[in-house]
Amino acid sequence: MANKLDLRRFPGFLAVTYLCLFLLYAPLIVVMVYSFNDSNSITNWGGLSLRWYGEVFWGAEAAKFKAAAINSITIATMAAISATTIATLAATAMLKAGKFRGKSFGFALINLPLMVPEIVTAVATLIFFSAIGFTTGYFTILIAHIVFCVPFAYLPIAARMQGIEDVYEQAALDLYATRFQAFKLILLPLMTPGIISGFLLAFIISLDDFIITNFVKGAGIETLPTAIFGSVKQGIKPNIMAISTLLLLVSVVFVTLSYLVGRMGQNKK
Amino acid sequence: MAGLVSKSTSNTSTYAGLGPLLMLPSWVLIGFFLVLPVGMMLIYSFLTKEFRGGVIWEFSLAAYDQFFFDRGLFGDDPPVIEWTYIKIFWRSTWQAAVATFFCLLIGFPTAWFIATRTGPNKSIWLFLITIPYWVNLLIRTISMKFLIRDTGPLNEWLLSLGVISEPIHIINTNFAVQLGLFYSYLPFMVLPIYASVERYNFSFSEAAADLYASRWTTLTKVILPFVKPGIIAGCILVFVPSLGAFLAPDLLGGAKNFMIGSLIEEQFKGNAGNWPFGAAISMILLSIVLVVLTYYARQQGKEEAR
Repeated sequence: MANKLDLRRFPGFLAVTYLCLFLLYAPLIVVMVYSFNDSNSITNWGGLSLRWYGEVFWGAEAAKFKAAAINSITIATMAAISATTIATLAATAMLKAGKFRGKSFGFALINLPLMVPEIVTAVATLIFFSAIGFTTGYFTILIAHIVFCVPFAYLPIAARMQGIEDVYEQAALDLYATRFQAFKLILLPLMTPGIISGFLLAFIISLDDFIITNFVKGAGIETLPTAIFGSVKQGIKPNIMAISTLLLLVSVVFVTLSYLVGRMGQNKK
Repeated sequence: MAGLVSKSTSNTSTYAGLGPLLMLPSWVLIGFFLVLPVGMMLIYSFLTKEFRGGVIWEFSLAAYDQFFFDRGLFGDDPPVIEWTYIKIFWRSTWQAAVATFFCLLIGFPTAWFIATRTGPNKSIWLFLITIPYWVNLLIRTISMKFLIRDTGPLNEWLLSLGVISEPIHIINTNFAVQLGLFYSYLPFMVLPIYASVERYNFSFSEAAADLYASRWTTLTKVILPFVKPGIIAGCILVFVPSLGAFLAPDLLGGAKNFMIGSLIEEQFKGNAGNWPFGAAISMILLSIVLVVLTYYARQQGKEEAR
């Protein structure tokens, strides 16, 4: 046994793993720490303070960031709800509807937004909306977000559905439930953890998107990432570090929730 | 990503016959708002540019011509090869390749280490690797920029520790872009390799050890061939987004280290824009990505046939 464990171990791999985590987290931690810096310059350390968080909420750029945050949150919520609904139906088709024509093609189509480089999607979407004479703005951002959220919502939903045997639904059907009832009363409740998990991931993906939003947003409307990008173009200011830290925490909280909800479902099994 | 990493198989059929109906919303959505737009983009790349953005509906090869050939200031000289844009593509490919190499260098040992953990620690390690991926890419790139500035914390600490006597200039160099790409997509390398190592059967290692293979021989001759699909998947997941990346080259590279992403963006922003040209560059980028993905699919097919 000792020999077997030994074969799994390579000298230096632990060190590289620590290095990997260090590289991934160091820049984020530095920004978090410096967001509490009580100094007008971003370089010098002037003691701990919450002043830049105050600046985010009540400072010169507060109105801009508030409007951007409202856009970001409403778009992310609607995009995530739509993407989760579409992904749930698609997962049911892929995993619980047997064979049908266009199945493998459909699977490829769902994953297409992950294959096409983001910038190409951005260009194509902008061209499309402009060609059909659609004014770019809130609605075009929302549509574009739903499209690229679908594969992310699909991931945990399909993973969850794979673990659900169809004996429960078959039992319902034997007791004269319609298939719609079986779906609504049996499958959906069993799917809840997967669906919540998918919703949360889609929400973050939408909240995080910069490139596609930047192309299709048009003038006069900003989401948080585009507003932050616009601000950073004139140099990194301390309030940017504060708002980055807040956004970072939102992402971490949502991912952790998604992870925990997903695991909760698994443990019941 | 899902398509690259896992495949779903299931024979249950409670909803037999409803498949197409259930798929309809996703087909309509993605067909109408992604496939159709890419088709429109292809058409636009063959149209005539209008100044101040947009197009004139007249067939033209000008966009592709501008990409590959230089016909002088007035467009009537004999065409010679235009290197400007090919160089930008070459630089992007190189930057993406370097980033991919370093991701593999760090990512493989990490994936191996995590996959060989036992008990609940394993999922915690894995979770720690995934978190940064879900953090806003813009914020991560800004963080990197903040860290490596000439007067940033990295230089300050190195100076105060006496490791260096004057600040190292990292920002606005090729290296900064490579670092940014590496940092952006590192988790993409770890996850598929992890999935491959998970499936590795350690009796192969035991067999190799019984036959007096050293640890490193076992690694290169037994383990690496087995986890190769995971390594290829990881490399593609890092290389493809790096190739078309916009944020890392824009924020960390400065004007001198232009990559494809910035070149495309430039065609759609401001008055210097040229939509057909931007569409043509996007089509060329998409073609390269499709070639890479097709190669990958072939490899996967071979692996499965084995």
